[in-house]
Amino acid sequence: MLSVANLKKTYGDFTAVNSISFEVQKGEIFGFLGPNGAGKTSTINMMIGLSRPTSGEVIIDGIDVRKQTKKAQSIMGIVADESNLYNEMNGFENLCFCAALYGMEKSEREAKARDLLEEFRLKDAGKRPFKAYSKGMKRKLTIAAALIHSPQILFLDEPTTGIDVESSRQIRKMIKALKEQGTTVFLTTHYIEEAERICDRIAFIAKGQIVASGTVLELMDSVSHGHSIRFVTSKFAENLTDELQSNFKGSKVTIQSDNTLIMESEERISLLPVMNFLYDKGIDVYEAKELRPSLEDVFVKLTGIESSVLTRDEKKGGRK
Amino acid sequence: MKSRIAFWNILKKDIKNYYLKPPNISWGIIFPLSWTLMQLIRSPGENILELLPGLMAMSVLFGTTSMLSVTITFERSGRSFERLLLAPISLNVMVLAKIAGTVLFGMFNAFVPIIFASFSTDLKGVNFGIILPAVFMIAVSSALMGLMIAVSANQVFEAQTFSNFFRFPMLFLCGLFIPISDLPLFLRPISYFLPLTYGADMLKSAVTGANTLSPVLSFGILLFFSVTLFLISRHNINRKWIL
Ligand SMILES: Nc1ncnc2c1ncn2[C@@H]1O[C@H](COP(=O)(O)OP(=O)(O)OP(=O)(O)O)[C@@H](O)[C@H]1O
Ligand SMILES: [Mg+2]
Repeated sequence: MLSVANLKKTYGDFTAVNSISFEVQKGEIFGFLGPNGAGKTSTINMMIGLSRPTSGEVIIDGIDVRKQTKKAQSIMGIVADESNLYNEMNGFENLCFCAALYGMEKSEREAKARDLLEEFRLKDAGKRPFKAYSKGMKRKLTIAAALIHSPQILFLDEPTTGIDVESSRQIRKMIKALKEQGTTVFLTTHYIEEAERICDRIAFIAKGQIVASGTVLELMDSVSHGHSIRFVTSKFAENLTDELQSNFKGSKVTIQSDNTLIMESEERISLLPVMNFLYDKGIDVYEAKELRPSLEDVFVKLTGIESSVLTRDEKKGGRK
Repeated sequence: MKSRIAFWNILKKDIKNYYLKPPNISWGIIFPLSWTLMQLIRSPGENILELLPGLMAMSVLFGTTSMLSVTITFERSGRSFERLLLAPISLNVMVLAKIAGTVLFGMFNAFVPIIFASFSTDLKGVNFGIILPAVFMIAVSSALMGLMIAVSANQVFEAQTFSNFFRFPMLFLCGLFIPISDLPLFLRPISYFLPLTYGADMLKSAVTGANTLSPVLSFGILLFFSVTLFLISRHNINRKWIL
């Protein structure tokens, strides 16, 4: 559906996007996760035809965006990083105007605008001017406006930045529902949880480059080799470490605290034998949990960027 | 067909959101009205018809140049303008739709002095067949100048400053208030590079018959100016707004 090859953008002698390539399949939610200044917006702007690539290629549904910009734009829905509708107009008028820009007839655009207002629970707000909306409402209306012409592919630049938890949740739910209807979604975010929760595939972007990409599981596997399990027990003796390691070939046992030990292995670890072994030694096992690296750990490991760069923004509530 | 819908709705939105707002309408009425009063107080016996071309040109100029540059800069700073750039309509259609609102507004402004004049004087001798194209072309060329300003300005106040920078010299060099033949020699070539000079000459021919060029020639020159300004603006928009 979307294919980007060697896309590059320089501003003067500064390279904002450095030869990135990736593909997004039809009906997929694909996310760019990266800190401020990573080049997310610069990439989106090139894909939607708002800025000219220094080099490289963007193909959307077989249409070369650089050559047939307007044709490509007619199948795109675009949500900019700011909620940029018209302050003077009310919600309904804003939606109808956006529909008209895509050439929709009056009856068609009014019906669609009403549907969207209802769907986004903005029905009452539809009569109020956009400038009187809260941030969350503005964001929702901006997304609704991008959907008015039923685009095949939706671009969302930080859809939930600066929005409260509840509105963010609603927005994520809507994005998922769109996917169910077959819309392809490309989004950027600097919230790890958001990427993890809704994206089918994620690309980590830092300093204008894609550091890694794949499904959440693929990304996790790329940094953690093997498996590890944490056992919480009634008691534990130092000397059991060696015994465990020799009994369970290929495993490495470390003691974390008085009653916690971690067993690592290349192979998957079968729990029952280990628990039986401990039971025979008079040790009760209260808890056994597979330890997986969090997406955050993966991000830090792969990008070398402290994850606080991403999470700090969340606490601040993001930029305006 | 799709472009037609987009064109018409951009025009309608601008008229409703900007041009029909009371503070903007008053521009077109208060400024020419106070100017007229000033002229009449200064030289009471003066024939209103003599003043009419200047008043009309002024009304159009003030109604258009700053309106277009200010509204576009305003939409650009709120970033709603990106919607127009991203819409699947050609840049030509979009720019023409933006200009159309300003042109209509400018033409409406031009008729304000005529209406006032009609109360105190007989307009039988006025050739409306020339007035209409003259007003239209002045509006088009000033709107396009507003567009050029919009492309160079990044903030609303810049747009306002730039438009005044162009408007006032233009008013004094276009031959309406000081005949071009009375201007210092070094200023005269500038006069001939100003679209308003030709618009003013057309208006004079329609109202008082004191023109120097044939209205048809002036119209042609204005058309040439407009097409050139349009092409330059479109080129600049492409270069500056699609980064
Ligand atoms: N018009 C421009 N001129 C010069 N530099 C720019 C321009 N636009 C972006 N940049 C630079 O390019 C880099 C990438 O910016 P971009 O906006 O794409 O980042 P981002 O990932 O969207 O960040 P954020 O999370 O803050 O939105 C930044 O260092 C920025 O300063
Ligand atoms: Mg950004």
